[in-house]
Amino acid sequence: MKRFLQAAMLFGVLLAGVVVASQAQGLRSVLGTVLPYAAVAVLLVGVIYRVAGVWGRAPVPFRIPTSCGQQKALSWIKPSKLDNPSTTLGVIGRMALEVLVFRSLFRNVRTQLKPGPKLAYVGGWELWAAAMAFHWSFLLIVLRHMRYFTEPVAGFATMLAALDGFFEIGVPTLYVTNVLIVAGLGYLLLRRVFDPQLRMISLAADFFPLLLLLSIVVTGGLMRYFGHTDVASIKELAIGLITFHPVVPAGIGSLFFVHLTLVSVLLAYLPFSKLMHMPGVFLSPTRNLANNNRAERHVNPWNAPVKVHTYEEWEEEFHDKIEACGLPLDKP
Amino acid sequence: MSEKLPKPEELSTVDFRPVDYDWMTAKATFRKGTYSYQAAPKNLKYLGLANPREWSPIDDDWKLPDNWKTIILEGLRERLDKFRSLGLFMDICVRCGACADKCHFYIGSGDPKNMPVLRAELLRSVYRRYFTTTGKMFGALAGARELDVSLLKEWFYYFYQCTECRRCSVYCPYGIDTAEITMLGRELLTLVGCNINWVMEPVANCFRTGNHLGIQPHAFKDNIEFVRDELEEVTGIHIDPPINKKGAEVLFVTPSADVFASPAIYTLMGYMLLFHHIGLDYTFSAYASDGGNFGLFASHELMKRLNAKNYAEAKRLGVKWILGGECGHMWRVMHQYMATMNGPADFLEVPVSPVTGTRFEHARSTKMVHICEFTSDLIRHGKLKLDKSRNDHRVVTFHDSCNPARSVGILEEPRYVLRNVVNQFHEMPENTIREHTFCCGGGAGLGNDENMEMRLRGGMPRGHAVRHVRDAHGVNLLACICAIDKATLPALVDYWSPGVDVGGVHELVGNALVMEGENERTTDLRGDPMATSKGESDA
Repeated sequence: MKRFLQAAMLFGVLLAGVVVASQAQGLRSVLGTVLPYAAVAVLLVGVIYRVAGVWGRAPVPFRIPTSCGQQKALSWIKPSKLDNPSTTLGVIGRMALEVLVFRSLFRNVRTQLKPGPKLAYVGGWELWAAAMAFHWSFLLIVLRHMRYFTEPVAGFATMLAALDGFFEIGVPTLYVTNVLIVAGLGYLLLRRVFDPQLRMISLAADFFPLLLLLSIVVTGGLMRYFGHTDVASIKELAIGLITFHPVVPAGIGSLFFVHLTLVSVLLAYLPFSKLMHMPGVFLSPTRNLANNNRAERHVNPWNAPVKVHTYEEWEEEFHDKIEACGLPLDKP
Repeated sequence: MSEKLPKPEELSTVDFRPVDYDWMTAKATFRKGTYSYQAAPKNLKYLGLANPREWSPIDDDWKLPDNWKTIILEGLRERLDKFRSLGLFMDICVRCGACADKCHFYIGSGDPKNMPVLRAELLRSVYRRYFTTTGKMFGALAGARELDVSLLKEWFYYFYQCTECRRCSVYCPYGIDTAEITMLGRELLTLVGCNINWVMEPVANCFRTGNHLGIQPHAFKDNIEFVRDELEEVTGIHIDPPINKKGAEVLFVTPSADVFASPAIYTLMGYMLLFHHIGLDYTFSAYASDGGNFGLFASHELMKRLNAKNYAEAKRLGVKWILGGECGHMWRVMHQYMATMNGPADFLEVPVSPVTGTRFEHARSTKMVHICEFTSDLIRHGKLKLDKSRNDHRVVTFHDSCNPARSVGILEEPRYVLRNVVNQFHEMPENTIREHTFCCGGGAGLGNDENMEMRLRGGMPRGHAVRHVRDAHGVNLLACICAIDKATLPALVDYWSPGVDVGGVHELVGNALVMEGENERTTDLRGDPMATSKGESDA
């Protein structure tokens, strides 16, 4: 619980600071223009540095895919093309499944020790479901937000909004993604707080991004469903940002600045956090390499010479014994 | 040892609910039965490794070099530069916990640091402290920990409580592979001389004699001939297994346990019968007398040093290609490391079965074929005369060994062979086989006697699954394709599921093979009576 409280306190201080700052008219241009630019700059530089400068600079000395299915060997045994790919196309398929539908997490099964004693393997899909709900909703919400950055509004953003509000519940229409993201994030946070094993392995850095994301979702929701938000002014600000003619129109409520500033914090925080799993998953050598080790040689750029015990040395050491037992000698 | 072991019912009362456990401050306690003994200095000296000395893990003073901390941190820096996997796996874990209850050691012990996520955090916390900005600035708040002796002791305890089975990496959404982390963690420990003897003695033996057991050439020959004589007694077939024969078509490399230890020797009998049956032009090597490679369990460098002999010997003997026997970790090395480390093997030819003409394209670069691939191809082409009923005294299940399953994907080949040599075959529950398979608990150098309690704990999931098919189907033989399995599973099965034997797939092939000119077989290769009628086998 200690680490949750630490994260909650840190986040509380941050949130309080952001709320206070959002009230100050004098800080609006900082929160509305300077901070978003700075955050995006940190995000870009940070992600590129980590991906290209750190991970990308280190070589992949060995080809170590985890094979999760039948190999391709004999022509009449059907290989598992996606869980144990032997071709680049198969790897692309495997990665697509991993990134789009969390293939590996889908395997999750909880191990339980039942009376008997007997081990049982049950459930475990909740984590996958919550992860899918959160990640996909997050992506769709980001894409939906493109309506603030495009004029005329991009077709896909309008379409997504229509789909998202398909059930036409309430006014303004309730987006399904908003419900799913709250449910997903809520579950991911609650399990970390209330499941003793999860709480034990969680760091402050595991609670913090969940709190941050939830607060972004909640402030967004408040603006959409409960506030009186001047959407036209917000769009003016958004367009100003991406056309590099930043403006902060008057009349935007402070809640928007809380929302925007929390987003800026998220962007700037990402490169220093575990959220780097987003680009990282693409580089994982147990997933992004074909299991064709015996067909194609993988080259290790630093393949250093090592001290070996040669046959000649071996024969010399055991010469008399080899001779006595009648095995052939190279140097009789 | 055995008198102190808790009963299976006691071992099964594992508490998975950590109460007020703070992994960042908890220290490792070296309890008898749960750790492996230190490497003897003679073995480290022979291999030219760091800090050979007399010490014990339960000593307060581990007699580390004065600058041990610098050595470890420099070693870590070097490995971060050389292995993309390491930096990536340090950075991207989100601690979702999917891996936590996938580790056999966690399931069997309930020790939180046997959750793969926390095993990795042991290294990750040091990485954060010395290699990340947030860790340097915020310390414990950012999950960073100071590297001190008690933390090093944790590394030793828990990196030698992982069998590098890769089960957790199947479930990890980012493919984080604890085997990779354990391997590199053990490399760091090797830099300051903190090794276990059950790894280092085999490595030293293997470097000197060519095999882990330290069998010298004449004894290697004697052992093979002893097994040959036993085989002749059962079958009446006389075989002269060639050793170090130049110009043979195929070099056969198998773990040395096959020529030395029961029940693996029955697998060797199976190989010999098979090769005789098809008239294969092959040779054993007394120099490359072990395909197994305990170097894998210590460092990439030692792995390469031990592996080099295989290609060197294939070249010296002038063979066309290499055939590999039943072994788990050997196949991880042969499949994922050998050609990269010691290739290219351009002096060999793409393996072609001399009997069926099948070209093993999947092995065209490494030039090494797995015996189950070879045999299933023979069976598929109808080249073997088999009498399944000779195994009717056996009700068989198959244990997928970690490495063939999760580092190669040899899943169907052994099953195809089994279905063609036995009548009664039953799978264990699906969460415990194929890519989900559970380790024997004794791989990666942990299969020693002093570590028995931990082995039995780690073997609990496998033991329960075997017991399940024993009770449901009357299974009395656990077949596998791994020499470590054959050495460690008997104790495990006796404990968790008594009444089940352990044997190799090719032992069952040997039982079923109808040889030209053989005696009428009344016993199997072990000398146990075969079932004379269906009725008796059911009894």
